[in-house]
Amino acid sequence: MSLVHEIDYGTPVSKSAETVKLTIDGNQVTVPAGTSIMRAAMDAGIQVPKLCATDSVDAFGSCRLCLVEIAGRAGTPASCTTPVAPGMVVSTQTERLKQVRKGVMELYISDHPLDCLTCAANGDCELQDMAGAVGLRDVRYGYAGENHLKLEKDESNPYFTFDASKCIVCSRCVRACEEVQGTFALTIQGRGFDSKVSAGMLSDDFLSSECVSCGACVQACPTATLSEKSLIEIGQPEHSVVTTCAYCGVGCSFKAEMRGEELVRMVPYKDGKANRGHSCVKGRFAWGYANHKERVLNPMIRESIDQPWREVSWDEAIGRVASEFKRLQEKHGRLAIGGITSSRCTNEETYLVQKLVRGGFGNNNVDTCARVCHSPTGYGLSTAFGTSAGTQDFDSVEHSDVILIIGANPTDAHPVFASRMKKRLRAGAKLIVVDPRRTDIVRMPHIEAQYHLPLRPGTNAAILNALAHTIVTEGLVNEAFVREYCDRDAFEHWAAFVSEPQNSPETVGVMAGVSPEDIRGAARLYATGGNGAIYYGLGVTEHSQGTTTVMAIANLAMVTGNLGKQGVGVNPLRGQNNVQGACDMGSFPHELTGYRHISDDATRTMFEKLWGRPLDHEPGLRIPNMFDAAIDGVFKGLYVQGEDILQSDPNTVHVVKALQAMECVVVQDLFLNETANYAHVFLPGSTFLEKDGTFTNAERRINRVRKVMTPKNGMGDWEITLAIAKAMGFEMPYSHPSEIMDEIAALTPTFAGVSYDLLDKVGSVQWPCNEKAPLGTPVMHIGGFVRGKGNFMITEYVPTDERTGSRFPLLLTTGRILSQYNVGAQTRRTDNVVWHGEDVLEIHPQDAELRGVRDGDWVKVDSRAGGTALRAQITDRVAPGVVYTTFHHPDTQANVITTDFSDWATNCPEYKVTAVQVTPSNGPSEWQREYNAQAEHSRRIAAKIAAE
Amino acid sequence: MSSDHSVDKLVMMANQMGRFFTPQRGGDTVGAITNHINRFWEPRMRIAIAAHLAKGGAGLDGPVREAVGRLKEAKVPEKGLSA
Ligand code: SF4
Ligand code: SF4
Ligand code: SF4
Ligand code: FES
Repeated sequence: MSLVHEIDYGTPVSKSAETVKLTIDGNQVTVPAGTSIMRAAMDAGIQVPKLCATDSVDAFGSCRLCLVEIAGRAGTPASCTTPVAPGMVVSTQTERLKQVRKGVMELYISDHPLDCLTCAANGDCELQDMAGAVGLRDVRYGYAGENHLKLEKDESNPYFTFDASKCIVCSRCVRACEEVQGTFALTIQGRGFDSKVSAGMLSDDFLSSECVSCGACVQACPTATLSEKSLIEIGQPEHSVVTTCAYCGVGCSFKAEMRGEELVRMVPYKDGKANRGHSCVKGRFAWGYANHKERVLNPMIRESIDQPWREVSWDEAIGRVASEFKRLQEKHGRLAIGGITSSRCTNEETYLVQKLVRGGFGNNNVDTCARVCHSPTGYGLSTAFGTSAGTQDFDSVEHSDVILIIGANPTDAHPVFASRMKKRLRAGAKLIVVDPRRTDIVRMPHIEAQYHLPLRPGTNAAILNALAHTIVTEGLVNEAFVREYCDRDAFEHWAAFVSEPQNSPETVGVMAGVSPEDIRGAARLYATGGNGAIYYGLGVTEHSQGTTTVMAIANLAMVTGNLGKQGVGVNPLRGQNNVQGACDMGSFPHELTGYRHISDDATRTMFEKLWGRPLDHEPGLRIPNMFDAAIDGVFKGLYVQGEDILQSDPNTVHVVKALQAMECVVVQDLFLNETANYAHVFLPGSTFLEKDGTFTNAERRINRVRKVMTPKNGMGDWEITLAIAKAMGFEMPYSHPSEIMDEIAALTPTFAGVSYDLLDKVGSVQWPCNEKAPLGTPVMHIGGFVRGKGNFMITEYVPTDERTGSRFPLLLTTGRILSQYNVGAQTRRTDNVVWHGEDVLEIHPQDAELRGVRDGDWVKVDSRAGGTALRAQITDRVAPGVVYTTFHHPDTQANVITTDFSDWATNCPEYKVTAVQVTPSNGPSEWQREYNAQAEHSRRIAAKIAAE
Repeated sequence: MSSDHSVDKLVMMANQMGRFFTPQRGGDTVGAITNHINRFWEPRMRIAIAAHLAKGGAGLDGPVREAVGRLKEAKVPEKGLSA
């Protein structure tokens, strides 16, 4: 094993289709027009010395190390900023160049600490490399002159250090922050000798500045100035393995850089097709949870939830699961148990859990946490287009002219994709944001939305109908597209419906609290502004009209012809890393892999033959139905892999009741999560670093997850499921996850061409990947829809039954923030807590004043479902009448307040609209105190109690 | 699947479907609702709502009531492991 080295070409690739021929050091080179001489040389294998250039940012030309000579031209131009020209003859190494470079290096080194041997970057320092490359042998100026060697370090960021004494002011970090990340946190302050890198205002350090800790500057820095603290502590890695981030649906590729089995750092991988070398604070730095002291490494069981846990062997734990599940089925029937797969686990693991339930439990009571986030996407898009997934790849955004974001907050929840989107917006694309909150992207450095429609939570479908009304009644329909690709009858019926007066911006605007002129303006812009791309998130799906809204989005894209090419499309931004994969893998109770209904005899028979088991043809229980069935006493046992249903599902009080009503709850996770407080068996899970598998990101991209260390708990999650299956008499003979993927491919037409060999060869592929598309399908529905003709469904606005009134006058909506991930089980166990130590309630100044609430005060939030208390943050990001919070911390339990209203088609819960009242409070509520006491009591472990 | 709470919820879910399917093209609202419930509801949920209809079907909207009447007969397996 060795380090995966990536070539730095010095300057970004030119996308020009024209080519230019030139000669460099006697070699003929042909490159795209607009390529720098430096990059052209690198293409020919010639490394021109460089310091201020790197291929992730535009060249700047400040270090003067990359000079070259060009025949017929005077002087020594910088190769990083000089583009190639036809017939050019370039020399990269001459006497004159050698002398100039030595001089430049001498100046740098005279103001640089000479602690190379003890420096963290020793072995990976471009300054050191360049000193070697230019043949620097002595420094004539001595080191006594004025210098920066005594400058203080900025250690404020928990993950990286800024050691100003080592800075060569190349501004790579500043440009990376601007161009790659789009945050503009860094500047070069001062001039000449006094110039230095500064995070924000002079008084700021990295932590107090705008910095979002994405790591792009650390990555770009050629010296040890910006270095990961883990690297400083551990030392340079000796091998690396390419793998995939296990946090969000962007699915960034990283090099896990290792020393033995110790992870030194995660470095974003340039060849990663989802992230193109960029990262966010979570994937780049927040992996320390894998070693957190609270991670459970031994299986545990207990007879009842008021007893302490007892550590047992794997055999005993697995034996207990099997015997309990068998007992429950004997006593209460075959349908009395079920399982929940996780969008955090790999495709292979997810596939195994549904196989265990269908084949081993003999029923279809399997569901996934995607139920509570993107199930409406699957149903809605497959009804409209014929496939249950987004239509584009991420690269597509580079060709968009108008970006419409609805119910998504990409800078917080999908940060790396957001950076790419921001880059496109800075280059001139127009932006429309439909969101009750003024999310960051509405206004940020060099970006300002043309339209922000701050609608009342719950009125998405109405607003989309009003956008469609404008398009249809103002004659902006893309007739040619509709004629060619869509069902004519469906279109006519729909066009008549959206043209009705109740869908006009003037009527909808009043009800949704949005200016009708803005609705019309946004519709015109989307319909006529060139390539229009829609990106949406859980603000669309997590409503009682989630599916309707997904269909309304599809209608909007079809009526404007924004499908079937680059730059357009309908793009669901998936929350967790493998939401797409979990859905694809047959986790839903009514569907086998590839979205085929369980009642379809031909499909079912194929599975039955391969698995050697008869399968039930009836759909099973969905997660909310499982809870109801548990409370009704007919659902008794549950296997939950990698999912904290208690914290993440709505109406916590109801979920608690359901869990208490079950006789055997089995939780497989890294930590004793909230659900585990009500569990009888705990099976310790493994992290993404400890197993092989694949994740499928929001653009249908199947990425490899590679094992870089032995599972600390002793088993990969897939092996645990195999053990349970075996104990229940259902053998699944796999020796490696690649064999599981082979089975998936054999059974699933859209995955037919996928194998680990292929992924190792080409990096990643986007499904469908089969005979027709051996390397996958970046953009779908080119030249026609998968279902045949595009289907316009009627999307009548039906207000949710969750209404405000005098008791509950405010609308609560929920979301997440950048540094934390979902229920926070992982990120709360990292230094990311410095950015978000607790959940707060955002409330508009008017609503706060009315209630006598000051910023930072404790407030109680009550809904029909329950109440909790947290601190208030007064802000006009939210409109009057709307309050907002995140759900990352179990102490807050935001889901105590959310109700169990749900989407009409899929039962996806309505997290995004809850009628609440907010009142001043003294601190945590009675319920929170009781809950915490119960949690503490429930987490006791017998051996540890004895030792104390 | 028989407590008042869960039956109320089933009625609400079925009515929600009714409101979606009623304005759709093609005119077969009842068929669409029936089909959706057959495809997505676990047998015990179908049995519970059918039983509710048999007792008068309080709360079920017009087309939904008819759709529930047409549901595929659901069977719950005997106790035990055999599929
Ligand atoms: S970590 Fe990211 S946001 Fe922070 S200064 Fe560096 S590039 Fe900018
Ligand atoms: S911190 Fe690093 S990247 Fe930034 S200017 Fe200094 S040496 Fe260059
Ligand atoms: S954007 Fe998502 S996938 Fe990428 S590093 Fe961040 S959390 Fe991981
Ligand atoms: S690398 Fe070209 S001027 Fe610095």
